[in-house]
Amino acid sequence: MSRIQKAFSDGKAFIAFVTCGDPDLGTTAEVVKAISAAGAGIIELGIPFSDPTAEGPVIQGANMRALAGGVTTDKIFAMVAELRRDIDTPLVFMTYANVVFSYGTERFADRCAEVGIDGLILPDVPFEEKEEFAPAFRQRGIDFISLVAPTSCGRIAQIAKAAEGFLYIVSSLGVTGVRDGIATDIGAIVRHVREVTSIPCAVGFGISTPEQAAKMAAASDGAIVGSAIVKLIAAHGREAPAAVGEYVRGMVAAVKGA
Amino acid sequence: MRKGYFGIHGGQFIPETLMNAVIELEEAYNRFKDDPEFNAELKRLLDDYAGRPSRLYFAERLTRHLGGAKIYLKREDLNHTGAHKINNVLGQALLAKKMGKKRLIAETGAGQHGVATATAAALMDMECVVFMGREDTVRQALNVYRMRLLGATVVPVDTGTATLKDAVSAAMREWTSRIDDTHYCLGSVMGPHPFPTIVRDFQSVISREMRAQFLEKEGRLPDAVLACVGGGSNAIGSFYHFIGDKGVRLIGCEAAGRGVDTFETAATIATGRLGIFHGMKSYFCQDEYGQIAPVYSISAGLDYPGVGPEHAWLHDIGRAEYVPVTDDEAVEAFETLSRIEGVIPAIESAHAVAHAMKIAPEMPKDAIVGITISGRGDKDVAAIARYRGEDIHE
Repeated sequence: MSRIQKAFSDGKAFIAFVTCGDPDLGTTAEVVKAISAAGAGIIELGIPFSDPTAEGPVIQGANMRALAGGVTTDKIFAMVAELRRDIDTPLVFMTYANVVFSYGTERFADRCAEVGIDGLILPDVPFEEKEEFAPAFRQRGIDFISLVAPTSCGRIAQIAKAAEGFLYIVSSLGVTGVRDGIATDIGAIVRHVREVTSIPCAVGFGISTPEQAAKMAAASDGAIVGSAIVKLIAAHGREAPAAVGEYVRGMVAAVKGA
Repeated sequence: MRKGYFGIHGGQFIPETLMNAVIELEEAYNRFKDDPEFNAELKRLLDDYAGRPSRLYFAERLTRHLGGAKIYLKREDLNHTGAHKINNVLGQALLAKKMGKKRLIAETGAGQHGVATATAAALMDMECVVFMGREDTVRQALNVYRMRLLGATVVPVDTGTATLKDAVSAAMREWTSRIDDTHYCLGSVMGPHPFPTIVRDFQSVISREMRAQFLEKEGRLPDAVLACVGGGSNAIGSFYHFIGDKGVRLIGCEAAGRGVDTFETAATIATGRLGIFHGMKSYFCQDEYGQIAPVYSISAGLDYPGVGPEHAWLHDIGRAEYVPVTDDEAVEAFETLSRIEGVIPAIESAHAVAHAMKIAPEMPKDAIVGITISGRGDKDVAAIARYRGEDIHE
């Protein structure tokens, strides 16, 4: 069992996302420690990309601020290596295909293994193209995490069968960002997945409140929150670790109780 | 070759949310592309509405001025809406209609593709939303109003560099949020499979006509065909039916902006490297960490950091040459063609004219060169005036 799958072994998991380098890498590291201490099961670390086509305005803004602040992939690897001395929570990189491809997929995977990264999510790499990336990570014991969307009907079985780590269920059409309501029948997607595999399923996109997280986690194995955390960081700047820690504690409680 | 790939280039690097949409599009295209009824309908639109076939015009005065090869202009600027973009848009809009879609979305740089899409939407009674970089809405204000006049909604895009690449990203984001009734009418030979193939097929009418016209007028094929390349739709359309004719040099003219040795350039093949962006593996202008570069060209239509995958492949195998042309050279060609032939080309097309002006004088007098004038230059007049220091406002 991978460290990621272990995160789902004692109940539901709360998964938190932060954009690395917004407002600076020192703050990101402190925020990640606070999220870990607050009991998150997995932490997604966003490596900023100039043109994040799957993101809504909130995470786009974080990407632009981080890049303007001079963050690079190498600086993020160095931050993760430092973080790994303090925390044991599974860490997953979330970025775009070109960030990995341009670094050199093998070289990127090597660095991930060295610094203790557990998984990778590339939202612009669907099932059809995953062999461009997945083998390099598989060889090093790093999970290449797949996504299914509300529009995936007919594709869910093949994606789920080949999924590693956990399956990321995109809750809604469109890009990342806080939403008032989620209309997709998550239970139906999870049942579909369960027909072919027992891999944990976590739901993301649009979740911000404990009520939404509890509802999504009740229908699956976990809830993923990005934009709401990124918003908190934008609002609190270097004081964000305390605010994010408190928020995550509430979300973890909601998810665990689901 | 792998499906959807041109050599190592192409593919479908898009969010899972869009996968069934592109699969549905591919299936519909495969069903209709050889359908006699679909093709008859498209041909009627291209002929009677868009004004095809476009003329192949012997530019006698330009030929004499340059003193070398005979120069012909393929007059895509004479099409309805003033550019080659209408060829692709009529095909895609008709396909979208057959698929039961009621809404077209599109990106636009110079505004030519946006205007063409708005036109087809008006004709076919579809809703239309065009995404355009804020910077470009200023550079091409006239086209913004044209689109509105045609009933389209123009959404200015403020993210990134607020130019064509950001308009593409915004259109992709919009498509992920609304797929059921919406077709993304992509304007160039780029993006995920099947777009590069569909757009190339619809644009290949240019070289199909050109080939027959050269045989009729000269009794032989040209020695070289030149076209400007941003994403590369008019270029691939101009090259496609000549690819098998090894004696025909195919020359794509990229926008070098202020020069390929500066950061203010959009010449992808000259300065870019292999990457994955906007749905495709191809060459992109990017930094060492894969961040997409903020490219620059005087031409809003060529101001794009990537190039279509089939061009990347034609470059790899050496079948086509790609050359950079600077702002200065393009503006000079814009003025030269206007003065000498009375043809005001789009500033995009002027990049191809500029390179022809470099190579034609070195070629023998019995050599033949074809230049695709992809669009008309009315939209650029105010910008060129400003470039020359005259403050004209539209």
